[in-house]
Amino acid sequence: MTTTDYQTVSIVPKAHKARKEHGQTWWAWVWVAPALILELIFYIYPLIQTIILSFQNADSSSYVGFKNYVTIFTNPTMLEVIKNNLLWLVLATLLTVGLGLIVAVLVDKVRVESVVKSALFVPMAISFVAAGVIWRFIYLYSPNGENQIGLLNAFLGLFKVQPQAWLINTSFNNLALIAVYTWMWTGFCMVIISAALKGIPEDVIEAAKIDGASNLTLFWRITVPMVQPTLGVVATTMVINVLKIFDVIYIMTGGDYKTDVVAVEFYNQLFNFSNYGLASALAILLLIVISPVMYINIRRLRAQEAER
Amino acid sequence: MNISESQASSELTSAPKTDKPKARKNSETRGRLLRRALGSGLLTVVVIALALIWSVPTFGLFVSSFRPASLITTTGWWSGLIPPWNFTLQNYIDVLQAQGLGQAFVNSLIISIPGTFLPMIIAAFGAYAFAWMKFPGRDFFFMGIVALLVIPTQIALVPVLKLFTDIGLTGEYAAVWLAHTAFGLPFAVFLLRNFFAALPSDLMESAHIDGASHWRIFWSIIIPLSVPSLASLGIFQFMWVWNDLLTSLIFLGGNPQRAPMTLSIANLVDSYGSNYPVLTAAAFLSMALPLVVFFALQRYFVRGILAGSVKG
Repeated sequence: MTTTDYQTVSIVPKAHKARKEHGQTWWAWVWVAPALILELIFYIYPLIQTIILSFQNADSSSYVGFKNYVTIFTNPTMLEVIKNNLLWLVLATLLTVGLGLIVAVLVDKVRVESVVKSALFVPMAISFVAAGVIWRFIYLYSPNGENQIGLLNAFLGLFKVQPQAWLINTSFNNLALIAVYTWMWTGFCMVIISAALKGIPEDVIEAAKIDGASNLTLFWRITVPMVQPTLGVVATTMVINVLKIFDVIYIMTGGDYKTDVVAVEFYNQLFNFSNYGLASALAILLLIVISPVMYINIRRLRAQEAER
Repeated sequence: MNISESQASSELTSAPKTDKPKARKNSETRGRLLRRALGSGLLTVVVIALALIWSVPTFGLFVSSFRPASLITTTGWWSGLIPPWNFTLQNYIDVLQAQGLGQAFVNSLIISIPGTFLPMIIAAFGAYAFAWMKFPGRDFFFMGIVALLVIPTQIALVPVLKLFTDIGLTGEYAAVWLAHTAFGLPFAVFLLRNFFAALPSDLMESAHIDGASHWRIFWSIIIPLSVPSLASLGIFQFMWVWNDLLTSLIFLGGNPQRAPMTLSIANLVDSYGSNYPVLTAAAFLSMALPLVVFFALQRYFVRGILAGSVKG
């Protein structure tokens, strides 16, 4: 990795450090106070509150110990929710990062690069709500024999494949939803990975080519290892995103037909069943699962600071 | 380290890296050249096909929204592309007049504009202090705010909703503004702090020697120099707030007079399950502004993503 000015600047400039800073401490607190107070109200206070609520019953009138957590891991409906979240976690992350990498490598060598990138990137600007409407027109289902107005069923009909209710049939409706997410987020992964590809020194690739490396060898032996740190960053971003996935499912199936995930179930428990205890336990479960990622991020940030 | 400023400069719009034919021509036979040309031709076809596949869903919605209601529900949108064409603006007229989506568009703006600028200002102050001031616990608090990036916003919803209901803020725009500001801050502080810290220290130093206060340095040096990074952040925050569903869903307490586009459309999906003519036009209206912003300022958007992605 190249060292830029950006990285060599120390956090506290030396000249600045030498200056007398007496009486400036309170002034600094004034500058950070609005941010810190807001974060206290919107993150720290709710965090403590949610932990307490998760040990209480539905209407928060008495303590029930770990009952809500036990429910999450024993109730068949809840287990379904966790299973779906795991499926999302593995598939959605693999698909977005994997496709992002492949596309980034492919477009790196062609003249139409920026057009292709834009096309893949546009869905980022679209809300999940609008994406939900867009994809309804893909997944729309009419009974066999009727005119199919959903693109996917009409297309498969050309090959004499029976029309399917993509969002209702439980054997693939989760995959149909993951496809929507992949459509929206592959562009994001691609852009970041593509920037990392541009950072691979030209001579490394030249040397490998002179040694007679095939494109595939080049990809696995040079490209992937060289962009590996970036893949890590992109993958953790996707993992956090996917664990919290809400909108796409809420808008397309509402969590019905066995497509429920933790964040949607949280919402349903809260607003449809008024079960504050179980809802809070679900939120804390999300936090516990995400915590290791948070730890990795802090460590990465520390390492970056140390390099400056 | 991975995604540094140096890489941020190679953006979406940057020129594609082309092979260097001069260096290679000697070492290659004509057969290999031919194969290479065929290969790159095939590659171009593949990536263009990919771009088309990616665009089809959005294009489908676009076409559908201009088709007469009776046709939308009986034939696929692609059959509308075959002459004789039969397009109409009726869906848009219906949506704006009958469904109150015009008001929702205005509401989206009322929510998004303060929802974008408030976090930017507050984050800029905080980021400046984190980058250029000294106070005990500075690094701890900065790391703490960055750590908040991964906390699911769902956690905040119940307790803050109760708090807001107690003080009568639920259902008001202010509740959504505050929520978007708070949820946007971790990313905003992180992004701006890194940009500010990268500015040359001599600049700050000489300003201090000239007796300039932090306040003056902030407004006359830092902010003018950070316009590109502020633009990246602004676009990011705007798209996020404009496209948000959950925050409005919860903090507006179901007040339909204040519902933004996303919420109104989500309600349309619920109550009109299959009223596709209305949905298509509504969805496309909600996408229009972010798409314009996106295409106009794509460069900054990408830069924001690259700089911010280190957060993981």
